[in-house]
Amino acid sequence: MIEWKKANQRKAFGEVLVELGKECNDLVALTADLSTSTRTSEFEKSYPSRFFNFGVAEQNMFTTAAGLALSNKIVIASTFAVFASGRALDQIRQSIAYQNLNVKIVATHGGVTVGADGASHQCIDDLGIMTTLPNMKVVVPCDAIETKKAVRACINAQGPFYIRLGREDVPTVTKGDDKFELGKGNVLKDGKDIALIATGIMVSKCLIAAQELAERGINAKVINIHTIKPIDRALIKKVAEETNLIITAEEHSIFNGLGAMVSYVVCEDKPVRVERIGIPDVFGESGSAEELMEKYGLSAENIVDKAVKLMKEKRES
Amino acid sequence: MVEESVIKKLAAQAKIIRRWIVEMTYRAGSGHPGGSLSCADIVTALYFHILRHDPKDHKWSERDRFVLSKGHSCPALYAALAESGYFAIDELFTLRKLGSRLQGHPSVLKLPYLEASTGSLGQGLSMAIGMALAAKIDKKDYKVYALIGDGESNEGNIWEAALFAAHHKLDNLIVFLDRNRIQLDDFTEKILSLEPLADKWKAFGWEVKEIDGHNFEEIINAVDWAKQVKSKPVMIIAHTIKGKGVSFMENTAEFHGKAPNKEQYEQAMKELEK
Repeated sequence: MIEWKKANQRKAFGEVLVELGKECNDLVALTADLSTSTRTSEFEKSYPSRFFNFGVAEQNMFTTAAGLALSNKIVIASTFAVFASGRALDQIRQSIAYQNLNVKIVATHGGVTVGADGASHQCIDDLGIMTTLPNMKVVVPCDAIETKKAVRACINAQGPFYIRLGREDVPTVTKGDDKFELGKGNVLKDGKDIALIATGIMVSKCLIAAQELAERGINAKVINIHTIKPIDRALIKKVAEETNLIITAEEHSIFNGLGAMVSYVVCEDKPVRVERIGIPDVFGESGSAEELMEKYGLSAENIVDKAVKLMKEKRES
Repeated sequence: MVEESVIKKLAAQAKIIRRWIVEMTYRAGSGHPGGSLSCADIVTALYFHILRHDPKDHKWSERDRFVLSKGHSCPALYAALAESGYFAIDELFTLRKLGSRLQGHPSVLKLPYLEASTGSLGQGLSMAIGMALAAKIDKKDYKVYALIGDGESNEGNIWEAALFAAHHKLDNLIVFLDRNRIQLDDFTEKILSLEPLADKWKAFGWEVKEIDGHNFEEIINAVDWAKQVKSKPVMIIAHTIKGKGVSFMENTAEFHGKAPNKEQYEQAMKELEK
């Protein structure tokens, strides 16, 4: 079993936000009565005149963000993923994406690991919703270190971004000097038998699964896709050619998330078998983060089982 | 007192804007003449008297901003921009046509002389608020004007914005409400009543004035008054007539989102020649 230190993505977000506030006078941060949860409170402490709390009013927050961006501000607008991608979708579509504005949406509490709050606060459809919007780029950092790099990269890039973070502490699987380039996936472990392509919290699960698979004589490649859109088409094609077999893993509905993006690339560029691990077509329920991950098969064990089964079929065919 | 010559000039200009609204929607075969005609005098007063702007330098940082939140009334805005000299008059004939910069609802990426893309109702007011906040952060003295509709005021986003602007004391924000009393389906008070509308905005913490939205002296005086208001956003409820200036379009929901046919077009243009 691999041992990683755990760290919190939201905490990392709060820290990098304070750094960026100092570097960039045009940066403005917005929140909707969740400044502590989203850690935008850190920015408020340092730059109160460039921080606005909208109260429980996400629609006004995102449309005002558009107005600020139209006035040459770079805007960080942060709330829970379920409210950003759901409650204020029309505002994000019409006022931010359509105008291709410099608004960076940092959506915390993505996925089912929100846990006990239940289905109303869990967000398992945001990646599909956001990737569908023209101009919108979608980023899912896998740990705290990558979160800082991602937020920084998005602030320095033009146009609207949706950055999805989780609530829970997550294993720190990347290192400070690992390369981070928007739109480019990272190969974390090489292998030729099967490719495990993951995003967010599932990256660490895939690394554990790969170690388990190695003990069973299966050499798995592990890819971290931190940018869901634009997807790293060249890398996915290369991986498909090298392994002929792919498992995708994400804390998101299996419809229209990472699995769907990988599937369309593979279908068009190099048809190979793709198995998608993610939330089936259901709403979540209350439970602890770990219990819910287990229930929906977001576990290293499930990845191993699927990989073993697929490898058997591959060898027999 | 507003000088008589100013009022005469604006009245003549508004008639030209109205003729363009009818001409553009007729040629497009679609569009929203009713609400465009009701706000034509306000838009005319803004572009030809009130706004600090420079058609030769549309990105001038000190310019006043204007956001047409009720984006479906864009024929009035496009006509005012062309008549002000932002782009060639002939381009008005392209409204709603493939490849045109004059989209069915305003798109700032297509037409850079606009301040914002609008059309999905309830969002323009918040964008104006964002601009007013930016002015405060940057310590700029430009004003931000917005025009919202009464039907549009059904949207929750409007009332979220109302709370926020008052909370942040945005006294650089001046909003007109085009109170023509008709929305797409029928009279506003029949669909979802708004009254007492002035009391609502007052209760939300805004400074409110009610005017005749077809009277240039009242429009100009209201803005002069609004500029003196401190620590509050201003709402100018402009009582207007839907379809104003074209007899058969006046006070009916029929022409909210319907273009005139040839016969109607000819009659409307005849009426607007007077």
